[in-house]
Amino acid sequence: MSDKKYKHQTGSKVVSYNKWGVIFLIPFMVVWLIFQFIPLVTTIYNSFFENYRSGLSQIGPNFIGLQNYVTIITNGDLINYSKNTMIMWIIGFIPQIFFSLLLAAWFTDPSLRLKGQRFFKTVIYLPNLIMASAFSMLFFTLFADSGPINSILVNMGVISQPFKFMSNVTAVRCLVGFMNFIMWFGNTTILLMAGMMGIDQSLFEAAEVDGATATEVFWKITLPILRPILIYVLITSLIGGLQMFDVPQILTNGTGDPTRTSMTLIMYLNKHLYSKNFGMGGALSVFLFIITGVLSLIVFRISYAGEVK
Amino acid sequence: MSTNNGTSKGMNIHVRRFIAYAVLGILSFLCLIWFYILFINATRSNSELGRGFTILPGGYLLTNWNNLIHGTLPIMSGMLNSIIIAGLSAGLCVYFSCMTAYAIHAYNFKGKKAIFTFILMIMMIPTQVTVLGFISFMGKLGLMDSFVPLIVPSIAAPVVFFYMKQYMDSNLPLSLLEAARIDGSGEFSTFNRIVIPLMKPAIAVEAIFTFVSSWNNYFTPALIISSDNKKTLPILIAQLRSADWLKFDMGQVYVMIAFSIFPVIVVYLVLSKYIVGGVTAGGVKE
Repeated sequence: MSDKKYKHQTGSKVVSYNKWGVIFLIPFMVVWLIFQFIPLVTTIYNSFFENYRSGLSQIGPNFIGLQNYVTIITNGDLINYSKNTMIMWIIGFIPQIFFSLLLAAWFTDPSLRLKGQRFFKTVIYLPNLIMASAFSMLFFTLFADSGPINSILVNMGVISQPFKFMSNVTAVRCLVGFMNFIMWFGNTTILLMAGMMGIDQSLFEAAEVDGATATEVFWKITLPILRPILIYVLITSLIGGLQMFDVPQILTNGTGDPTRTSMTLIMYLNKHLYSKNFGMGGALSVFLFIITGVLSLIVFRISYAGEVK
Repeated sequence: MSTNNGTSKGMNIHVRRFIAYAVLGILSFLCLIWFYILFINATRSNSELGRGFTILPGGYLLTNWNNLIHGTLPIMSGMLNSIIIAGLSAGLCVYFSCMTAYAIHAYNFKGKKAIFTFILMIMMIPTQVTVLGFISFMGKLGLMDSFVPLIVPSIAAPVVFFYMKQYMDSNLPLSLLEAARIDGSGEFSTFNRIVIPLMKPAIAVEAIFTFVSSWNNYFTPALIISSDNKKTLPILIAQLRSADWLKFDMGQVYVMIAFSIFPVIVVYLVLSKYIVGGVTAGGVKE
């Protein structure tokens, strides 16, 4: 603390310190209004207008009510790209939650006494910090027709011809899902570990005395107690999955090939933004806003509502 | 047959331990092998790469590097732009998130609970859903192709705010602030001279996370930035992908990817203790 001598405040003077609370909130609020709130309102506003370029001529903006919403549903785009996004999310999420639960249970199991935990945790968390676009570019070069993976597989005699990963629907989707799995399972493991370490040890001791096996302990004690944190992981991962962009965008150069089967919702939004089709882009954004908004509320209810005292 | 201990019913402890190490080994391999291949390939020439993969590195790392920085991609300015944007974002984000958290933590005013609830509710909403309005409004403000829309929004970061608030709850007693008031310290200077130094551990963790996520961000910068000399590394990676890449010197492609990834890996390995510890703090505490 400063050693300068300050004049003491007289006790009788009532100073309203609390106005500083409001002052300190100003930067957040102003920035949020300009960079989040006004954009949100503008997005919703745009969704009610016909507004795009056709060749060199600009169509609109003309008010067309809910027509953009009708179009985006009836032409099948929204359903198709939602389906792609969900398929790739699930391909990544199933191994992610499976291995995260397994690893978290092992790391926190005192009877196992695993050595090198620091090392393993450091390694499995590493891919989470890697630039997704660079990681995806790396996979694109590694799994290219003449890339190292094909060269290794051919040399080992697994296949006789290079496998065209990028032209195979399942291969592309699985690559995207696999990258998401590798990038996120470490993060989930660490979250679940924190939950497991919070469980009262006496429960485990009691189970051991009663002769429960490690598997029984996991299914009958650990999992039920972890339910809230599992729901948190599931929903935040789903929100993240809906935002899936960098990995499939770079892997397929924005085309979502083969035949747009790996095109995600945000890639589709990105296409509209580049072609300046603000009406359709707006309608798509509002859909995404509603879905993520509902999911966010669930997360808020299960995890954060108790924080506000 | 009256045994009642777990080992006789369940799997033997040694078998379980062996399985655990095997699975951990395989997963670690799956996490690291890509970076190993990347490193090997970055050290080999284009013609060597054409002949297939080898286990040992080649001797072309510096040649590839020289070719890359003297090539058409503005890679050095890309690096610099990424550092400027990520650095300023991280700095502004942690400072103002502390300030917002401090407002909620240390003061009582009308509507405080409502604002706190509100910030937590908007926490999970992704920026992508408002990006359309974001770019059209930035266009109106004349901020397209500028760093401002990539840096300033980090001031309003609900997740970082929440982390700071939780850290304050357990590490910043209000009595300390009372003492500062009695000593005659002004509210703003208390925040800067007492609160900020006490928040250093939390600030360090969140600064790293904000820096990395800004460094890795591709979506928004790609929509805002159009001039070559303002492009960030992820935009250049995307450009590399959309170029007719078969004509490229693959050695250069790998060096470019390595150049975007390895700085983060090095920083991570140095600071991993703090980073891995910081992951959980933003989430739920069950």
